[in-house]
Amino acid sequence: MKFFLFKRLITMFITLLVASSVVFCVLEILPGDPAAVMLGINAEADTLASLRAELGLDRPVAVRYVSWLCDIVKGDFGISYTYDVPVIELIRERIYLSLPLAVLAITLSTLIAIPLGIIAASNHSKPLDFFVMIFSQLGIAIPNFWFALLLIILFSVFLGVLPAGGFAGWDAGIMPALSSLLLPTVALALPQAAILTRVTRSSLLEILKEDFIRTAQAKGSSNRRVLWRHALRNAMIPVVTIMGLQFSFLLAGTIIIENVFYLPGIGRLIFQAIAQRDLIVVKNLVILLAAAVIVINFIVDMLYAVIDPRLRGAQNV
Amino acid sequence: MFERFREVFLHGIKNRNFVAGGIITIGFFGLALLSYVWSPHPVENINISDKLLSPSSKYLLGTDHFGRDILSMLIMGAKNSIIVAFIAIGIGLGIGVPLGLAAASQRGWTDELIMRFNDFTLAFPSLISAIMITAILGPGAVNSIIAIGIFNIPVFARVVRGAALNIWKKEFILAALSAGKSKMRISIEHVLPNTSSVLIVQATIQFAIGILAEAGLSYLGLGTQPPAASWGKMLNEAQTFLHFAPQLAIYPGAAIAFTVLGLNLFGDGLRDVLDPKLRRNR
Repeated sequence: MKFFLFKRLITMFITLLVASSVVFCVLEILPGDPAAVMLGINAEADTLASLRAELGLDRPVAVRYVSWLCDIVKGDFGISYTYDVPVIELIRERIYLSLPLAVLAITLSTLIAIPLGIIAASNHSKPLDFFVMIFSQLGIAIPNFWFALLLIILFSVFLGVLPAGGFAGWDAGIMPALSSLLLPTVALALPQAAILTRVTRSSLLEILKEDFIRTAQAKGSSNRRVLWRHALRNAMIPVVTIMGLQFSFLLAGTIIIENVFYLPGIGRLIFQAIAQRDLIVVKNLVILLAAAVIVINFIVDMLYAVIDPRLRGAQNV
Repeated sequence: MFERFREVFLHGIKNRNFVAGGIITIGFFGLALLSYVWSPHPVENINISDKLLSPSSKYLLGTDHFGRDILSMLIMGAKNSIIVAFIAIGIGLGIGVPLGLAAASQRGWTDELIMRFNDFTLAFPSLISAIMITAILGPGAVNSIIAIGIFNIPVFARVVRGAALNIWKKEFILAALSAGKSKMRISIEHVLPNTSSVLIVQATIQFAIGILAEAGLSYLGLGTQPPAASWGKMLNEAQTFLHFAPQLAIYPGAAIAFTVLGLNLFGDGLRDVLDPKLRRNR
């Protein structure tokens, strides 16, 4: 187990290093002169020169890369060119929205998906199973931003019960804040729930075919007991993996959904930074998001090994 | 070759998903092809006096805020989605398949390197890649193609590697090896044809994902740019008019959902037909 952990840890750090060098290459070397990208084509020569000096672009590439990495490790994400405040401040203000949104969406999708998956699997090939599968197919096919628009049309335009966008802020009280997060959460959770339902169902059906299930049934365990005590625990292993893999899709979903609902979160920040050509914000947010995906995948791998001891020694399964 | 098609078709006709998905998919491609020869009105036609009209015999689905015909824009949007998703799959197949085949035939550190590269690429979902590309090059359809294409590479590499590993265990591969064929030749002549059914199924699924991703990117304004019509862009523009003309937000979204649903059903059906061993519990 220790060796497995060590090996995965090393791989994770290498992946993080490669990711950071790709981000650095794409956003700092590829454009030629980042200062020119940020200021646009009509920039004065002396403004360009002063921005170049400010960004430290006169230094050699390798030095810039290493000092960027050192800064990130120290938690220094640079100073936003457009807002003129440290990027970490911008992130801190917005994480209070993005993180709860992501957590709410994951919770909701799990609460929908696992029961539905169980219902479908325990009614295999019956009408109930068929309906759950229709829900799942539709959930996968409907783009979350369209679903969000439909929710806005129904709940804000026609019924007028929920806000069409914007965020009341946590200071306004828990209820107004939650009510502005309700539609975004539902919109984010739907595709996740649809995929997770499918995985739960097929994983359960797979397990229900195993010999040890037949043994349990032969011993006289009730169907209910077989399902809850024997099948479900084993079926959860792939479900956990998929939940981890979904994280990167959730991240992408958050960027879109925050823009649909005009929520001032990380996703909207990165989007505004593109429009304002604030490469410092884009660079640091992209590496932060990519790092989040890599670290989450690492944690899921570890969880997987904890749940299923067979995987500890195995390679590249 | 023709025999194989006939066989697939005869088996497929009995499969509910294959038939339903196939009909939707053919309809979608038909619509896109139609746009090359005919559309009810030119999409560049801005006619402000006809703005936000309800459906009529002249404009079957009504018009948008510029007085453009919604139906024509939907048809052009289908074409755009297909082009983006198609080229993106081409990138995924063209780079991912050789990588996957190499990983399966060489094993050892080549395999390790390729698979780690895969993990790493997956850390950049197409949206994040697109954001990086847009930050440098500015928005455009080419960006979405590159971003979605990059994301397709590890998917195809992984799928081919998995299928190829099984084939490398077969006796006929051993026979080919002892006949003195190189690993590369075996990969191309024997392994690749045997992974084709998995590839076709995966390509169908990636097509659906590509259409969703293209819609998302163009909704955000990172993808296809006006005056070219795209379903995502139409939804973005419709959002401003949700209060006066909610129907504008219905059609393009329904088109996306219907197409993706069709492709996914077709992919599921195709998997059952092409390879009953791969049949999952559905």
